[in-house]
Amino acid sequence: MKPEKYEILKSPRIDRLVGRLFEKMPEIEGDRAVLITESYKETEGEPVIDRRGKAFAHILKNIPITIREEELIVGSATMSPRGCQVFPEFSYSWLEEELDTVTSRAADPFYISEDTKETLREVYRYWKGKTTSELAASYMMPETRKAIEHNIFTPGNYFYNGVGHVTVNYGKILEIGYEGLLEEVQAERKKCKVGDVNYVEKTHFLNAVAKSLEAVMEYGKRYALLAREVAETCSNEQRKEELLQIAKNCERVPAKGATSFYEACQSFWFIQMLLQIESSGHSISPGRFDQYMYPYYKKDIESGRITKEFAQELMDCIWVKLNDLNKVRDAASAEGFAGYGLFQNLIASGQNKEGEDATNELSYMCIEASMHVMLPQPSLSVRVWNKTPHEFMMKAVSLTRTGIGLPAYYNDEVIIPSLLNRGLTLEDARDYNIIGCVEPQKSGKTDGWHDAAFFNMCRPLELVFSNGYEKGQKVGIETGDVTKMETFDEFYDAYKAQMNYCIDLLVNADNAIDVAHRERCPLPYLSSMIEDCIKRGKSVQEGGAVYNFTGPQGFGIANMADSLYAIKTLVFDEKKVTMAEYKQALEDNYGRGLCKERVEEITKEVVEKLLSQGKKVREKEIVQIATMAASHGTSKEEREKYDALLKLIEGVPKFGNDIEEVDAFARDVAYTYTRPLEIYQNPRGGWYQAGLYPVSANVPLGAQTGATPDGRLAGAPVADGVSPSAGKDVSGPTAAANSVAKLDHGIASNGTLFNQKFHPSALSGREGLENFTAFIRGYFDQKGSHIQFNVVSRETLLEAQKHPEQYKTLVVRVAGYSALFTSLSASLQDDIINGTEQAGL
Amino acid sequence: MEIDYLDVKGRIFDIQKFSIHDGPGIRSIVFLKGCMFRCPWCCNPESQEFAIQTMIRDNQGKVIGEDVTVRQVLSQVKQDRAYYRRSNGGMTLSGGECMCQPDFAYALLKEAREIGLKTAVETTGAVKYEIVERLLPEINDVLLDIKHMNPIKHKEFIGKDNGLVLDNARKIAKSKVRLTIRVPVVPTFNDKPEEIRDIVQFVKTLPGIEKIHLLPYHRLGRDKYRALGRDYLLDHIEPLSNKKIKELLDIVIDSGIKGQIGG
Repeated sequence: MKPEKYEILKSPRIDRLVGRLFEKMPEIEGDRAVLITESYKETEGEPVIDRRGKAFAHILKNIPITIREEELIVGSATMSPRGCQVFPEFSYSWLEEELDTVTSRAADPFYISEDTKETLREVYRYWKGKTTSELAASYMMPETRKAIEHNIFTPGNYFYNGVGHVTVNYGKILEIGYEGLLEEVQAERKKCKVGDVNYVEKTHFLNAVAKSLEAVMEYGKRYALLAREVAETCSNEQRKEELLQIAKNCERVPAKGATSFYEACQSFWFIQMLLQIESSGHSISPGRFDQYMYPYYKKDIESGRITKEFAQELMDCIWVKLNDLNKVRDAASAEGFAGYGLFQNLIASGQNKEGEDATNELSYMCIEASMHVMLPQPSLSVRVWNKTPHEFMMKAVSLTRTGIGLPAYYNDEVIIPSLLNRGLTLEDARDYNIIGCVEPQKSGKTDGWHDAAFFNMCRPLELVFSNGYEKGQKVGIETGDVTKMETFDEFYDAYKAQMNYCIDLLVNADNAIDVAHRERCPLPYLSSMIEDCIKRGKSVQEGGAVYNFTGPQGFGIANMADSLYAIKTLVFDEKKVTMAEYKQALEDNYGRGLCKERVEEITKEVVEKLLSQGKKVREKEIVQIATMAASHGTSKEEREKYDALLKLIEGVPKFGNDIEEVDAFARDVAYTYTRPLEIYQNPRGGWYQAGLYPVSANVPLGAQTGATPDGRLAGAPVADGVSPSAGKDVSGPTAAANSVAKLDHGIASNGTLFNQKFHPSALSGREGLENFTAFIRGYFDQKGSHIQFNVVSRETLLEAQKHPEQYKTLVVRVAGYSALFTSLSASLQDDIINGTEQAGL
Repeated sequence: MEIDYLDVKGRIFDIQKFSIHDGPGIRSIVFLKGCMFRCPWCCNPESQEFAIQTMIRDNQGKVIGEDVTVRQVLSQVKQDRAYYRRSNGGMTLSGGECMCQPDFAYALLKEAREIGLKTAVETTGAVKYEIVERLLPEINDVLLDIKHMNPIKHKEFIGKDNGLVLDNARKIAKSKVRLTIRVPVVPTFNDKPEEIRDIVQFVKTLPGIEKIHLLPYHRLGRDKYRALGRDYLLDHIEPLSNKKIKELLDIVIDSGIKGQIGG
């Protein structure tokens, strides 16, 4: 559905920019990898922070640059639109292995030329044993590595990539430019005395920062030169003028402070893009764009220097550019983060440091920009509190109604106190923005490690049933024979014990990775824009930030609440099923046969056993073994027995229907993850804090999870975020929202994610928008923290699955971000289609 | 001894939350069982009999109808209070015909108002005015169906004439309650422009009418007739085209009354 009308005219330029962006499959380019390798070879043996600064400077000096047709805001990380650079210093072996398949894979394919493949293979030779990933692995306990192998949790994000997940102090750079920042660095450098205890680290760090900032300023000048060059040969007078203006802009920013809205836009873009050349971390989030850009807008509008339409066009151009950046991930992570998302979260409205409403004209124009471009980036968010203007809410929900899955809504009334509880000052807490999917933090002061891992809360329950063993290996701890447990409390305690053990290992994994980043990849450029790195003379990786957190996400609450409640009801309260029967049912996947993954696993095990016995196994025999494994089924009687059990389970009340007893259970289950985690510290001197959301990992990680006692079959997706299990919330959207609101969102201060799917009919007309606003307000009144919506009909999605070529730009909300539907894997597409659709009747 | 209205019992067959088309804002609809009419297009045929029934679908029986107290109903209705407050919504009594259980309806409305909820009723209006009069002070919005102006055709299709309905419409319109007229538009019954025009002419004589809703006939209830072992008598009827319903809406709007399609 298209927006009914634009409030500010859309420049025809915007559709053309969008069109060009999606003409081709995105491409992997090798320039950055080559340049960083060259620099590293030259700096062998030098302090790591020096090497990082020099490498960054070498890259910016030599990486090819381009100005795309018709753009007003310039600066591209790659020559091809939506292309990506690669970052061998973090990890490379996965891409090396996938070089030949990355073009043909299901989720997020990338084109790569034969030349680039050759180049990368050459480059990778240098990096063996030198990556953060390899160092992190070597720091982990064997038990931790085993837990990762067994998919209890996955710290894949930072294990293989840069950390990202940060909002730097954009406002400051817009104001004083990098020259101003460099002065601060030099002043701090002067203060260092040779005898200071931190003299060595601090001076090296400050030197690396200075080198990086100089390189960034030079990079801006390269664009000024290029713009003049192109202008000279440009025959179109209007374009020529545009190019000359671009040249002027780039001569000034980002080196100096911005003097106009246009310069501020250009300066913003350099910051945003260059952070993503320094490191491969995603979720580099612009944050409160409407706040730090407003002074420039206001001044230009009041002086008549700019029209509202042109200001909007510039913002639209930035929105397009945010979709120009891209990142290749390994095949498994691509499933987990599907949709080419970079999670650049930009948030509008909310309150200021003093607690007044801060909604301004740009807040509205941010929403308008997303309406104009209709693309997944930026991940647009809005802050909502009691004084949010109703007109602004109406504007926001009218964007929601388009079905683009934006914006996501955040509740100041929950998030501010939850941040206070984590030690932020009141002013900082009020000034929060969102990182990536749903993670709140204070910009310019925080290194939040917001996406530190995915923790599958279903897996420890499987360990209870297997007494800690899987595939003959000890993965968890021994909590005793489950069939001999006499009370529900005993069973629940066993679950908590397995949880605690796994959380311990999770922390070990994350801290190992943390140390690896500190030792191998400190980031001087990023650190220069996070307080108090310059004063402390430390990168964020060494704990230079004011606020330091590690936030791994738990998911599967709905499944665990429903599972534990079913066990309690059927086994212990009503005694309709014995634990032994339940255990067998789970092992047999309720008589529904083994899922594909399990068949592969069994086949592999058998084949390996035969090989280890020195037997030869031919392909024909492998097929036979697989067929046998797949047909390892159940007799008719057993099948009937399991059908009866599934029916019993179906009859037990489920989370998501506003039923007090079950919801209280869910609240408690969430605590089994959020509470133990709070006590741990990270190597940067900060604390752990839980999030409750899965991005889209609930689908691939669900595929690695056996049957659960809530009747979920093996391999099926696990519930999404704090949302009820798909199809189990049968009492309408308000009941689902009420259940979710009963969880303690305040303690999950790294964010919670509630996904609701609405049919467009529920939002039609002005009344529809009013009711929708009321729905969000009602959920927030009850202290829900975040909500987002998919507004798209089932038919549309089925059509898009059949004819992806016609739906290239269909955007859906996946989990904490919007993605291109056709770029998702088939299984994730199915999951979205099959989720309960809350249609207002 | 004074009666505790919370203990009054009645028979319902559903409570539907997040209803956004039956009265202002976000509402919960309480469906009371039993109706004096037998409209063949009724999309809730299980609402018509007062008796508790079993619907059979996919070889599985589902019991329709449950006797509950006002307390039980309100404990569920209250759960969505946050949304009513934010949307000016509340509780809507529907049916069946809620006024066929006057004591229960009265107790529900009174207790709902007691705890600060706004109330609405969807009614056929075909009951004695004394019953309506007793409920009115506890109601914010009345959604009254007027199906046809011709008493003979009304009786032919529905089983009763429209005398009571029109009479009550006049009286309710004079009360303080906000009145909306709803017309289920059914092909072959009342979809001729003159039939709608007649209704609109009547409505124009009523003081302070909020709006006329035209509710186009749909077949979503068809399967339920079979599940109840009944024949669906309107199989031969095609739903109205968008163009046709729009023409009928224009009749409403041209008369100077606010109109809309759907609730």
